[in-house]
Amino acid sequence: MALKARAKETLAAYLFLSPNLIGFIIFTFLPVFVSLFLSFFKYDILNPPTFIGVKNFVDLLGFHSEAGKTVANDPKFWQYLWNTVFLMFSIPLCMMASLGLAIALNRKIKGESVFRTLFFLPSICPGVAIAILWLWILNPEFGMLNNMIYWIGKLLGFDLPGPLWLNSLGWSKPSLMLMNLWIGVGGFNMILYLAALQGIPRDFYEAAEIDGANGWQKFWAITWPQISPTTFFIFIMSIIGGFQGGFMQAYIMTGGGPGGATTTIEYYIFNNLYTWQNAGYAAAIAWFLFLVIFVVSIINWRFGGKLVHY
Amino acid sequence: MEIDKSLDRAKHRSAAQAKERTLRISAYVVLIIGALSMIMPFLWMVTTSLKTLNAIFVQPKNWIQMFVPTMLVWQNYVDAWTKVPFGQFYLNSIIVGMAVTVGQVFTSSLAAYAFARLTFPGRDKLFFAYLATMMIPGSVTMIPVYVLMRVFRWVDTYQALIIPAIFSAYGTFMLRQFFMTLPKDLEDAAKIDGCGFFRIYMTIILPLSKPALATLTVFTFMGNWGSFMWPLLVTNTMTMRTLPIGLESFKTQYSTDWHLLMAGSVMVMLPIVIIFIFTQRYFVESIKLTGVKG
Repeated sequence: MALKARAKETLAAYLFLSPNLIGFIIFTFLPVFVSLFLSFFKYDILNPPTFIGVKNFVDLLGFHSEAGKTVANDPKFWQYLWNTVFLMFSIPLCMMASLGLAIALNRKIKGESVFRTLFFLPSICPGVAIAILWLWILNPEFGMLNNMIYWIGKLLGFDLPGPLWLNSLGWSKPSLMLMNLWIGVGGFNMILYLAALQGIPRDFYEAAEIDGANGWQKFWAITWPQISPTTFFIFIMSIIGGFQGGFMQAYIMTGGGPGGATTTIEYYIFNNLYTWQNAGYAAAIAWFLFLVIFVVSIINWRFGGKLVHY
Repeated sequence: MEIDKSLDRAKHRSAAQAKERTLRISAYVVLIIGALSMIMPFLWMVTTSLKTLNAIFVQPKNWIQMFVPTMLVWQNYVDAWTKVPFGQFYLNSIIVGMAVTVGQVFTSSLAAYAFARLTFPGRDKLFFAYLATMMIPGSVTMIPVYVLMRVFRWVDTYQALIIPAIFSAYGTFMLRQFFMTLPKDLEDAAKIDGCGFFRIYMTIILPLSKPALATLTVFTFMGNWGSFMWPLLVTNTMTMRTLPIGLESFKTQYSTDWHLLMAGSVMVMLPIVIIFIFTQRYFVESIKLTGVKG
């Protein structure tokens, strides 16, 4: 009887699961392995794939000697990897700003929900519309940003020329970082910080006040350690997101330029797959990206508990 | 002696109050600066969308000229709407968005019920597999699925836009977390009355989970509305494009008509902004539930 009931429950469970599970297997689970499989092939989607062993990975990650110098087989890939990492340097700044806003919001402010809505807005808007808007904001001649820089210069009494932003080799990455800061500062990270701040028991602060701690001391002794799990979580998630980022900006705003300065790994994968119909190479890059993210996640699991103070 | 002490205390208190006030004021300053920098780009977008082409390429002399248009050229919106088939893009986005949302909420809630409430062999391993795939970069799975769409000849069809987007590990995870928090007593009572699993799911679990289901609905719909890379891969013709891809092709064709581009961007953003304003509490809710971004 009990056995029959259990069999019935198992059957029911798999019936409940099946619509999702079948799709999950076809569109997520199997493709992970098909991707790995494809990375050992030359495949242009039209013709049948040809097995080429680890050639894609050698082309991607290997080096060869050229006129006595060691040269990467695919120097572009390393440039794009560096671009991707460079764009992530804005993460700490973005997190600090999120925390600042969350701390300000946490002070029983009037109109809290209005502020929260405003801060959240950029992160929920369709990315394409935001990218086009920022393309216009960053327009060197008539954009909002350079207009404002010009006025500030006039206010200070001299001619302040704004940079060429996306058209300039040096400023193109900072431009995108500024835009990402604007998008990300008030979104999920701020809400996560706000929730963490609200979770700190009031009496911690009261005890510190009795001991005569000032605001700064209270922040470093109580707030910062108490929110460190959140900080760590946001940091790891931002890194994982950062490695996969930059596609939309490159596709819509810069075309990856100037001189490949804004091409990220994700955009390189897309171009290999779609523009150059080189699915095997795209799969190899994607798997490399997967391994990088896997390592970051391992660090998260291994050290996440140790680095943070509960 | 006593009086001195209480005077001291009062002084102390007023000092603390003054300090508290400074902190509050600085909090407001931070928030107002933040709010201004958030709102200015949007304001500028709307202003640009209401200017004539000539007025855009004039350096504004002051703040007022920059953010307040001297005339309201609503015709820009009509022009943008008719230059490319925005109506068709809207229709496609709505069809795809609704189908994906319904599909995802339906399949995710069924699977989540099994994971949260039923015991069966392989449950924990399977759930772990679901969780683990959330860590895999989208591009890894996207490549074979794109190849599959080409092989199936699904490029430029609604199936290609809808079906691969339905099956979500995230949705299953989020609903499972919520179902776990529901009390079991009602179900136990229903079981004693001879209720089957499907009836429990329909009459107890789903009605109790309205907030979580609403959260997933809003999340999925809004996420899909902004979805870019996948629709770009699997659509080639104007008639199948969703709004983001349509807006992008509009941008390529009219790359210097900033007044029209801004009008187009406003049209793409507006529905999402309106939905968000009415449903924002669900966003906060989902974050509390999973601690994960959508």
